[in-house]
Amino acid sequence: MEKWPNNKAWFLVLPAFIIVAFSGIIPLMTVVNYSIQDIFGPGEAVFVGTEWFKEMLGNHRLHDALWRQFMFSGLVLLIEIPLGILIALAMPKRGWGVSASLVILALPLVIPWNVIGTIWIIFTRPDIGLFGVGINSLDLLEVPFDHTAKPIYAWITLLAMEVWHWTPLVALLAYAGLRAIPEAYFQAAKIDGASAWATFLYIQLPKMRGVLTIAVLLRWMDSFLIYAEPFALTGGGPGNTTTFLSIYLVKLATMQFDLGPAAAFSLIYFLIVLLFSFAFYQALLNVGRGEKA
Amino acid sequence: MKIQKRTIALCVYFGVLILPIYWMLNMSLRTNADILGYFALYPKDPTFANYIKIFTDPTWYTAYINAMIYVGMNTVMSLAFALPAAYAFSRYKFIGDGQMFFWLLTNRMAPPAVFLLPYLQLYSTINLMDTHMAVALAHCLFNVPLAIWILEGFMSGIPKEIDETAFIDGYSFPRFFITIFIPLIRAGVGVTAFFCFMFSWVELLFARTLTITEAKPIVATMTRTISATGLDWGLLAAAGVLTIVPGGLVIWFVRNHLAKGFALGRV
Repeated sequence: MEKWPNNKAWFLVLPAFIIVAFSGIIPLMTVVNYSIQDIFGPGEAVFVGTEWFKEMLGNHRLHDALWRQFMFSGLVLLIEIPLGILIALAMPKRGWGVSASLVILALPLVIPWNVIGTIWIIFTRPDIGLFGVGINSLDLLEVPFDHTAKPIYAWITLLAMEVWHWTPLVALLAYAGLRAIPEAYFQAAKIDGASAWATFLYIQLPKMRGVLTIAVLLRWMDSFLIYAEPFALTGGGPGNTTTFLSIYLVKLATMQFDLGPAAAFSLIYFLIVLLFSFAFYQALLNVGRGEKA
Repeated sequence: MKIQKRTIALCVYFGVLILPIYWMLNMSLRTNADILGYFALYPKDPTFANYIKIFTDPTWYTAYINAMIYVGMNTVMSLAFALPAAYAFSRYKFIGDGQMFFWLLTNRMAPPAVFLLPYLQLYSTINLMDTHMAVALAHCLFNVPLAIWILEGFMSGIPKEIDETAFIDGYSFPRFFITIFIPLIRAGVGVTAFFCFMFSWVELLFARTLTITEAKPIVATMTRTISATGLDWGLLAAAGVLTIVPGGLVIWFVRNHLAKGFALGRV
């Protein structure tokens, strides 16, 4: 759709800009301010230049957290995207089943994030949890299942929680994409005698490209920012094995009160996210263009 | 036969999806002593004691009211600010529009943890600490960009000829926007409201940081009571179940538009 060139449109954007800037730019400036000073107390600060940045870039705990974060977000995408597509393909296309499926799918998405953590603690605890008690009664594991006991158990619990929580989002997106494909495509495929696999590969998957890009974008971003769920479930432990970037940052800022390094870390973190956002955003724009052409 | 198999697989998946929630419901209907005493797949002796406690103890039920207040405020604010902006992005070409749109999105993608400390300072300075307004305003950081994103998708689906015809007929912009345009995209507005509600309702970090006692929401109350009460599982589960109820109700109203909304109005 051709847009009208008109710079007065800025007046419509201005209120939104101001309210987001109030919550977005002013605090960010404060962070920049922190990151280049050593703050001893109110009114007592020394300019330190890039010292905190150097310190944080060389900080091995940051490297570890970053590595863990990439692992986690990567695994999340690898599991959730294919699973979400499968669910969308299996969902009914008409009748009462559609509404029912949509409501059940959306349910995990409206649960507060720390309650998600609570649900999974209750569900997996070895003394009262259905999963914990269930898996231990099978007596298959060398060390009884307890997400606080072994890093691998903590990771499995976190991943299970994450997949449980967010796969429905991918499924809903994929479903929206599938529903938008005109019936004629499938009729044509049927006439040509295309197999279900060929139909999926050459019709459904390409047509879902737009929504899947959004799904990848949202899942990558949000899993990169994850805080409340691991905070509630593992608190970053055992040890630091589930300390992701946000958890480490909050620890640094509010528990050790290292404002300077925490601010420098914040900016580095933000920059990484920004870089990925930009790449995904460009991909998203190109998808839109490709469909119009 | 094939469809049968699919349906079974889907039902199994939905079962897995419901199971953890069922387990919390099960816990919420038992007393703490009962929970720790023996393992049971269903409450043998169901009790509403946990729920009664929440509904009679002001520190619990006011926490729900607090959350409702700031979520409501945030939803109204986000829509009010996002509607005109989304219209501008969907209809007009102006200097810096692409950059502006991307900048707005970066706020949706900014790690909330980054803003934690500055928010404490900012909201103390302007005397908004521990008010509903503080949380509502802070949640605008991610909800306004998201609302613009979704609304822009829905608005771009409305042909521009409608706007042109209305302007030729002598409608002023505000009158056209409110009486003609918004009713046309009411499904989009409903879905956007749902998303603002949802992301404000589920958020923990800002809500916990910006409130102390007066505006403390349920999510914060839950994390703080974990240590204080020495883990009353039954009570915690009941509080958790009650946080799902509003979301569940809202889903029911937007169920037919959910999928399109999650695709940001772009299918």
